[in-house]
Amino acid sequence: MNNTMTTKDSSFIEQSARQRVKNVLDEGTMRELISPFDRITSPWLAKQGIVSQFDDGVVIARGTINGEQTVVAAIEGSFQGGSLGEVSGAKIAGALELAVEENENGNPMSAVLILETGGVRLQEANLGLAAIAEIQSAIVALRRYRPVVALVTGPVGCFGGMSISAALCSYIIMTREGRLGLNGPLVIEQEAGIAEYNASDRPFIWSVIGGKQRFESGLVDSYISDSQSSAREAVEQYLNQGVPEIHRSEKYSDLLEAFLRLDTQDHIAPHDAQQVLLEGVASHE
Amino acid sequence: METLYFQRPASASQVQPSLVGYVGSGDLEVMIEPSHGECAEIHIQTSTAGSEVRWQQIIDQITPVIPLPAMRMDIHDFAATPGVIRLRIEQALEQAMSLGGSHHE
Repeated sequence: MNNTMTTKDSSFIEQSARQRVKNVLDEGTMRELISPFDRITSPWLAKQGIVSQFDDGVVIARGTINGEQTVVAAIEGSFQGGSLGEVSGAKIAGALELAVEENENGNPMSAVLILETGGVRLQEANLGLAAIAEIQSAIVALRRYRPVVALVTGPVGCFGGMSISAALCSYIIMTREGRLGLNGPLVIEQEAGIAEYNASDRPFIWSVIGGKQRFESGLVDSYISDSQSSAREAVEQYLNQGVPEIHRSEKYSDLLEAFLRLDTQDHIAPHDAQQVLLEGVASHE
Repeated sequence: METLYFQRPASASQVQPSLVGYVGSGDLEVMIEPSHGECAEIHIQTSTAGSEVRWQQIIDQITPVIPLPAMRMDIHDFAATPGVIRLRIEQALEQAMSLGGSHHE
């Protein structure tokens, strides 16, 4: 694709995973690891009659951001809902472990995760779950040295085990279009009933798990508009901030206390949820 | 899912690796790599059952327009329409045969 097609302020959401990686990194520094030409595809999908993709839906590259060594992993939300299987999960875990190793050898290397995922790939069940556990261990190992920045711009959002991975990151950046939650709307609708949670009511869904709500609840660090330049600038900003003094996931007990005081007899509107979550976050400071 | 294979005579022109598209609903990915053989080998994975004749027709429509180079072409199709298929194949061939074009995006 020609370079002139992506001007500086084009949409970030509309870009493919590979374009996103290229545009987050300094120009001309992207070096893809385990590229599609290595043909490392899922060994499980074809056996179940499902067409595979040459990169198994994950793009891994190393390069620089502002001249600093960085590894970037991006999930392609268009392939199997951005689900993580054995290969795609191992690619992300391996990328993070590479960065841990570099830091251990005295070579600073940060990580950026561009997440468009429904979580584990159900066709690969336990292998996907195991890979997500490896990703989480690697995030925790890496964030001691250098920031791990999560970017959730949509359109898919970030769900399942990978929402926990995002929460373990040093910083989370979201757009209005992004969504972040443990269970996806359809799963909750199926469990709780359509009267309680209507997955096709888009304004309602975004008011509960959308980027704006998550930012105003203090659960994510940055709320950006959908453009390539704002995505890149936000990533730069948080990499420059370095490792936070206390990671958000270390403050979980404060949120637990806020939940214990919660009166579940009343209907909790999105605004009330914000207050509860903010109170939990604030009680630490 | 069906796996199909086609072989066509090829010109000797050089190709560079290229990749376009993705395996999303109504789309496909097309990957081209150089081969040492003398023909164009086309390997297809498609989610659409009973589509062999259709693929044959699409390939036969393209060959008079773009003479196929010696290559290995892999197609992963997720229920794309013939129009989209033809567009993606032509896009991949154009990238593979252009000098100095970007490898893939």
